[in-house]
Amino acid sequence: MSPAAVPEGDLDAPAGIDPAQVGRIFREQSGRSVAALIRVLGDIDLAEDAVQDAFAVALRRWPTDGLPPNPGGWITTTARNRAIDRLRRESRGRELLAELALLAPGDEEVGMTEEEGPVDDDRLRLIFTCCHPALSGEAQVALTLRLLGGLSTEEVARAFLVAEPTMAKRLVRAKNKIKAARIPYRVPADHDLPSRLAPVLAVIYLIYNAGLARPEEPLLCAEAIRLARILSALMRDEPEVAGLLALLLLTESRRPARLRANGSLAVLAEQDRALWDRPLIDEGQAIVRRCLRRNHPGPYQLQAAINAVHADATTFEETDWQQIVALYDRLLELAPTPVVALNRAIAVGELDGPVAAFELVAELDLEGYQPFHAARADLLQRLGRAEEAAREYELAAALAPTEAEREFLRRGGRAGRRSRPSAAS
Amino acid sequence: MTRYLLSTHTVEGEQREPMSEEQMRETYQRLATIEQEMSASGAWVFSARLHEPETATVVRVAGGDALTTDGPFAESKEHLAGFYMIDAQDLDAALGWAAKVSEAIGRPIEVRPFAGFTDEPGGGA
Repeated sequence: MSPAAVPEGDLDAPAGIDPAQVGRIFREQSGRSVAALIRVLGDIDLAEDAVQDAFAVALRRWPTDGLPPNPGGWITTTARNRAIDRLRRESRGRELLAELALLAPGDEEVGMTEEEGPVDDDRLRLIFTCCHPALSGEAQVALTLRLLGGLSTEEVARAFLVAEPTMAKRLVRAKNKIKAARIPYRVPADHDLPSRLAPVLAVIYLIYNAGLARPEEPLLCAEAIRLARILSALMRDEPEVAGLLALLLLTESRRPARLRANGSLAVLAEQDRALWDRPLIDEGQAIVRRCLRRNHPGPYQLQAAINAVHADATTFEETDWQQIVALYDRLLELAPTPVVALNRAIAVGELDGPVAAFELVAELDLEGYQPFHAARADLLQRLGRAEEAAREYELAAALAPTEAEREFLRRGGRAGRRSRPSAAS
Repeated sequence: MTRYLLSTHTVEGEQREPMSEEQMRETYQRLATIEQEMSASGAWVFSARLHEPETATVVRVAGGDALTTDGPFAESKEHLAGFYMIDAQDLDAALGWAAKVSEAIGRPIEVRPFAGFTDEPGGGA
């Protein structure tokens, strides 16, 4: 690559950003570049390698030259030039270059006439490719974090407690399938959209929850919210996309209050609400209000609305349980699953007391599902059946996925007064 | 274009209610309509239905000797029952055809790309 092809850094920009900052900025911007290059080059590996090359250049130049004025554009241009260099070195690559030139006649900068317009659409295409239902759920999550999130294979592996070679193999297999089976690189047609959007939303939600369960991996929650923001900016007509973003923002607003000083989980009833992040709540609630006006409710919007009601209460006692139960009623209509029924029963327990809730919970077949045992334990305790409650707490603690939750359950739920495990922590 | 195999399998030991003649006729009618559609759009390459797995014979050559045994591969529980070979723009298009066939015969369809039939630079995405 000729050095002149790389835009020079802004002379006024403060030089001396450190490699960690380069890494962070690069990660934030790289999804855009990977997506654009996949469109131009028609090959995921080539695009990834090119962006990786650009990262090496950035690590060398940014700390001395300072940040370029448009880091995203710089990465795309540099990566594209690197890819062309790579292709020129291989005979198969020269064929490919010739074909690319045919696709973009008259444009000497191969195949990339615009860098702003279609770039965002590229990211949208890419997320639908990564979350194609022909790929396993695990592969969908890994690809999304790797290609759109710009996480390294090692970071993705760590986030899901998988050995790096295992994760690398998973990514290679998924990319091979995309190529061999020709999973398309485009936004699905309208008639396919509902079924194809569902796994995209599920992947983002799963990434967020993985981050929530593992406070030592702060990248995940932030990345999920970033993806939800991108998606909602690109798909303004999809109320469930907005619903997911609102749900994540409202959940995120409570994250600072979720853990006690000793690392044990603080459920809603116990949280110090002064720690809740007001700007996130305001943003989430504003989205929920817009969703309500549009009146096309879906599961994410309803969960967001439930969280918006929680956010309105200055104390746990002031929670509008009537409204929450009504929202759960609607959610249960749309998503009649035992898990939703359990959460509804917990809300009924707050509205009508433990007797009514215990009857509802008794009807559910959720043996082995940790929140089910935690809810039973809480209700038994409130019904004064202490011994049975203790047994359920033990059962729930043994099933708890995180140390914070185990701690919470081992201390017998909420200490002193009646305890309140809640799905909406 | 990518070439795909759409295949359906019988599962060993699985009891299915036998179709009435009327149902059988309807199924064939639906499949004939789909094949016409495939042909008209240029997707259809080849299709076939197989006899029962019991009619299969396996040949193995070891040390120059051909060993012939009765029956399909003993180790597999599922046996190919029929297939379509189609050309499609991408997986979504192939899945669209597979959905139509699955609906017509009431059984799942496996969609798998042929190796060496992709004609675009770089293949895939």
